[in-house]
Amino acid sequence: MRQYTNVITAYLIMFTLIILVGIFQSWSIALTILNYCLISAVMTIGANIQWGYAGLINFGIMGYTALGGLAVVLISVAPVGEAWRVGGLNMMICLGVIVGMVFSIRLTLKKIAKSKNRNYLVAAIIIIGILLLRLISEPAIESIEAVEPAKTGFLGGLGLPVLFSWIAGAFLAGGLAFVVGKVALGLRADYLAIATLLIAEIVVSIIKHEDWLARGVKNVIGLKRPAPYEINLQQSPWFIDLVEKFHSGKLALINSVSEKQEVLKQLVIDASSVYVKLCFTGLFLTVVIILLIVTQKALYSPWGRMMRAIRDNEEAAGAMGKNVVKQHLLIFILGSAIVGIAGAMMVTNDGLFTPGSYRPMRYTFVIWVMVIVGGTGNNFGAILGGFVVWFLWVEAAPIALFFINLFTAHLPETNEIRVHLINSAPYFRFLVIGTALLVIMRFRPQGILPEKIIKN
Amino acid sequence: MDFINAILVLLNYTIIPALTYGSQLALGAIFVTLIYGILRFANFATGDMMSFGTMFAVLLTYYFQSLGINLGIFPTALITIPFATFMMILYMLSIDKFVFEYYRIKKSPPVQLAMVSVGVMFVTQAIIRIIIGPADRTFLDGEKFILKASEFKEMTGLNEGLTIKSTQAITIVITMIVVSIMFWFLNRTKTGTSMRAYSDNEDLALLSGIDPKKVVLITWIIAGILATIGGILYGLDKSYRPFVYFNNMLPIFAAAIVGGIGNPFGAFLGGYVIAFAEIFLTYAYKKFFTYILPEALEPNSMMQILSTDYKFAVSFSILVIVLLFRPSGIFKGKTL
Repeated sequence: MRQYTNVITAYLIMFTLIILVGIFQSWSIALTILNYCLISAVMTIGANIQWGYAGLINFGIMGYTALGGLAVVLISVAPVGEAWRVGGLNMMICLGVIVGMVFSIRLTLKKIAKSKNRNYLVAAIIIIGILLLRLISEPAIESIEAVEPAKTGFLGGLGLPVLFSWIAGAFLAGGLAFVVGKVALGLRADYLAIATLLIAEIVVSIIKHEDWLARGVKNVIGLKRPAPYEINLQQSPWFIDLVEKFHSGKLALINSVSEKQEVLKQLVIDASSVYVKLCFTGLFLTVVIILLIVTQKALYSPWGRMMRAIRDNEEAAGAMGKNVVKQHLLIFILGSAIVGIAGAMMVTNDGLFTPGSYRPMRYTFVIWVMVIVGGTGNNFGAILGGFVVWFLWVEAAPIALFFINLFTAHLPETNEIRVHLINSAPYFRFLVIGTALLVIMRFRPQGILPEKIIKN
Repeated sequence: MDFINAILVLLNYTIIPALTYGSQLALGAIFVTLIYGILRFANFATGDMMSFGTMFAVLLTYYFQSLGINLGIFPTALITIPFATFMMILYMLSIDKFVFEYYRIKKSPPVQLAMVSVGVMFVTQAIIRIIIGPADRTFLDGEKFILKASEFKEMTGLNEGLTIKSTQAITIVITMIVVSIMFWFLNRTKTGTSMRAYSDNEDLALLSGIDPKKVVLITWIIAGILATIGGILYGLDKSYRPFVYFNNMLPIFAAAIVGGIGNPFGAFLGGYVIAFAEIFLTYAYKKFFTYILPEALEPNSMMQILSTDYKFAVSFSILVIVLLFRPSGIFKGKTL
């Protein structure tokens, strides 16, 4: 038990902080923060598998998050029949052309010996393929985007329940990771970081600008939810009864009937938003717990020991007959797939898909700070990092505002410096996160909860 | 006549903008490559450091303008270069003292230093946004054009005009001056040679009595000059916006790696390779072909290879291809 004291203390402090937000700001805000903490935790589990278990730097987290979000659109939105009718066939042919290109290139690489002619052949296949693709897709894209551009203008999805998209997100992200891993994993650590950073940027720019796929920067709004809608809750009798029972003491103090109705109505509105968020919290918590159990089991299995061996000494592990390349690829795919799940969860939580909001700062570097601050190689640490850093990220602005007011209290309201500082309060979050990272790297490089090797 | 018109179209819309953009990238890429070659880490704070220097130039430009100081037809920002560079070097040296030095002495792996530079990136961004805010600012004054399209058309009687913005000329001239001084310094002076020796083989350099502290100091000074000038030139040509500078880090990295990281001359050329590729692949050639092809063959589409939305993606794809097939860069040769 004693070895877990620090883990338990750290988590208790974290939950106390969130409860304090609930008491001082509002429960709705506290739950929003908690939900995002849980989503961040899933992302950090993914990043931690890659960095902590295997020592692979993946600065492309943003790309996998975006693909997870794309999965929500592709799975849950109802298909746009009109768009499929005008351009669906061409798009399907394009998909066929791409598959054909990949297979013919593979075949050439396999059947023909390495030579200049082979290179020319591959180049010819790629150029002809791209020309074909443009020829077939251009009219289709134009006609798809012309279908009610204000509302749809894209192919739509499959119309399945939204929870399926979490799995689909994992597969999409894992698929991309397979391709990226195949080509880039041989690179040295810092080259790999730069390459993944740029590949993620390419992925996001494709999602942003291919409007026929998911409306691009025009955003998709009103996505399905795995939880009830507030409006429906506010009208269902069982929910109103529940709220009435919950607040019976408070309501009994009010005498007039009309006033009581008013108060109850307000309470129901507040409670409905909290209830919806609680539903999400439950779902997210389930995902986090399942992932935690699985990753924890994997870490202390023979496979986990092998991964650590590969991380600590690649050559020795290779000499012992472990297939380093294959294991690296595997762990790259697994970690990215988990990040994909997190991306899908986030879009489900928001109910909208906004490709314009995917920026490397928020979706790659902050996640990395989480992993490093929390503790590399330790799943509890990574999750804690997700909680702590997300909490700081959200609460830095209010806290900074508080301190600015405190220190400039003696200045008049219209003082230029004071006004300027108050206006720039939101940017203190960068300062807090950056300083946290620098301090942790300097004084506790293994993170708040360091990696623990259990020997038995 | 049509042929000259076609050439003018290309000059106006691709070659001159690409040369300008390439020069700006080249300065940044040499900065990246110097830090990588001598201090041995990938500096993720590159874009924000350039932004930091430019911020001072913007603020000083406003200050000088309020005092009524200007350079006539040249932009006021040119006077601010020495001051901004000085502030930038001070900032870099203090960051090095408080952050990077510890890891350098401990001989930490490059990955750890790269991670630390991410922390520096966050802090620098915060400082910039707190001081100047995230808004878009232009600080160009003085004469905007050296040659206007209408004047050119009058002079020559051609259909197509040639426009040269003063910022384009200033960018190219200043880049050439700065880069030639830097190469002269690296190749001809004793300090420059000692820097190259340190980059090639640290242990041997230390054995032969090179002072590592001095090498690091000089590296940051050169880096500060390159970062500030590169940033100011970009800001004059386009506009100053902190977020854009952060994003510019990506093509700059691409340029440095394409040129072979650690090789300043490669980085210099890499900047132009990236810039020309971005602009040539996303330019719509319709006008060009209308001039050179006979009327019957005139194209009716835009004749654009990629849409301009994919400008950044072009440079990244080049980088990925280079990394995969020639990780040492396309310009082989000695490093630093």
